[in-house]
Amino acid sequence: MSVVVENLTKKYGAQKAVNDISFEINTGEVVGFLGPNGAGKSTTMKMITCFMAPTMGNVNVEGSSIHADSESVRKKIGYLPENNPLYLDMPIVDYLRFSAEIQGVNKKDIPNRISDMIERCGLTAEKHKNINELSKGYRQRVGLAQAMIHDPEVLILDEPTTGLDPNQIVEIRKLIKDLGKEKTVILSSHILSEVEATCDRILIINKGRIVADGSAEMLRQQSQGQELLTIHIDAGKGDVKKELLGLKSVETVKEVEGKDLWFTVQSKPDTSSRKEIFDLCVKQKWYLMEMTGIETRLEDVFRNLTN
Amino acid sequence: MSKVWIITKRELAAFFDSLIAYVMIILFLGLSGSFTWLFGTNVFVLGQANLDVFYSVAFWSLFFFIPAITMRMIAEENKGGTIELLITKAVSDGQIVAGKFLACLILVLIALVCTLPYYITISQLGNVDDGSVIGGYLGMLFLAASYISIGLFASSLTQNQIVAFLVALFIGIFFHMLFDVIGAGLTGGVGEIFSFLSIRTHVDSLSRGVIDSRDILYFLSIIVIGLIGTQIMLSKRNWK
Repeated sequence: MSVVVENLTKKYGAQKAVNDISFEINTGEVVGFLGPNGAGKSTTMKMITCFMAPTMGNVNVEGSSIHADSESVRKKIGYLPENNPLYLDMPIVDYLRFSAEIQGVNKKDIPNRISDMIERCGLTAEKHKNINELSKGYRQRVGLAQAMIHDPEVLILDEPTTGLDPNQIVEIRKLIKDLGKEKTVILSSHILSEVEATCDRILIINKGRIVADGSAEMLRQQSQGQELLTIHIDAGKGDVKKELLGLKSVETVKEVEGKDLWFTVQSKPDTSSRKEIFDLCVKQKWYLMEMTGIETRLEDVFRNLTN
Repeated sequence: MSKVWIITKRELAAFFDSLIAYVMIILFLGLSGSFTWLFGTNVFVLGQANLDVFYSVAFWSLFFFIPAITMRMIAEENKGGTIELLITKAVSDGQIVAGKFLACLILVLIALVCTLPYYITISQLGNVDDGSVIGGYLGMLFLAASYISIGLFASSLTQNQIVAFLVALFIGIFFHMLFDVIGAGLTGGVGEIFSFLSIRTHVDSLSRGVIDSRDILYFLSIIVIGLIGTQIMLSKRNWK
């Protein structure tokens, strides 16, 4: 286990920002924290990175506890906070050197690490500039570079793509995916497509609690439960709706509004009615014009769980 | 220790890159130089081969300059959020505070070293009591260290640099002047306590060339209390 979170709770006054969260993350997993604003994503990350102590509970990062051995936890983590704060008056290279030194990178490895990061984060053309001369996208890359400079086992990225343009978002996502091959990555976002595109696993957090945990695929299935099909049948004669309802695996049939002979068919739990519908059409000599499965979008899952 | 030095290096680089260091050193030298040599009751008017005029100017100019260099140290990081990035690196709160303190102290030390030509010049004009010069410089250094410590604490209280500056002056003025005034107005034990609390008492005593452990203890107490206060403010985020 790379990161183990046990009963993590954070109270601000009487309000519980994070309420008894527990989860485990394996090495090499890319996990996305998803949730509406103020759900407790950032607070959870701040506790994992030892910026603030939890009211209750514990976090273990690669075997070190945030209470007992905070410094070695911080050494194993690369952190990109929300809004990407940087020392704006410093040149990029100086800043990366400072980050490397303070994270205890071997003196002789530092120049290599810096040039490696500059190349990897696409900063080569800008490397002689001061950070305040950079655009937002490049600053974000500097933020990522400083987080990775000491080759940490765990990367924690709080909303890594906010404020970037679509091209930059694609690049940063690609970078995160590449990183995820060797490292444990935890990122937070309230953009669903982003989490879906980059993460192996999604934790949906709402009001300080985990309300769903699984891959995008699993979450969709879970919330969907029963199979949902849209079908279009070109029937010569016979009551199509009645016949469909007569099938063993079909639970409900609804006509699609405004469209003749289009139906939405919901199957009974844990069954598929696709084959039976096809057989029925063959038997009745109907033409099956279209049969499509309706996928629940992650947006719907999210809205169901957090509303 | 090396972590402290990494922080110190970065802060010193920030001082010199942002011109704060140059402005501070030039103003300090300009003020102390012109009052020592040119204006008012300068060395020539007094006709004594000592650095008393310089000390009394430095006494006041350090009082104002030090809050100006310490005000941004933590307040700026609080405001920009860089404190979060710094704290989540493998460095302790104490090392951060110590690093910043040392950076300010080195800057003041550089400014003080730049005034050594005053001493050299005056020693050409007459017999200077070397003991009192060493004591005087030591007094200035301790005074600076105390105000840096107070300034860092003030800076850790807020996100606003101007507030940090004013709070540092406010706390500083008690040690700098008010305790002295109160001590002079009162008699007996209470008056003595206030006189003891006044920083001037101890600077004067050092500049007579007598290095008394009570003076050193006084300065060290202010420094340590200020730094501990700063560290407490930094780790306030850990309160449950």
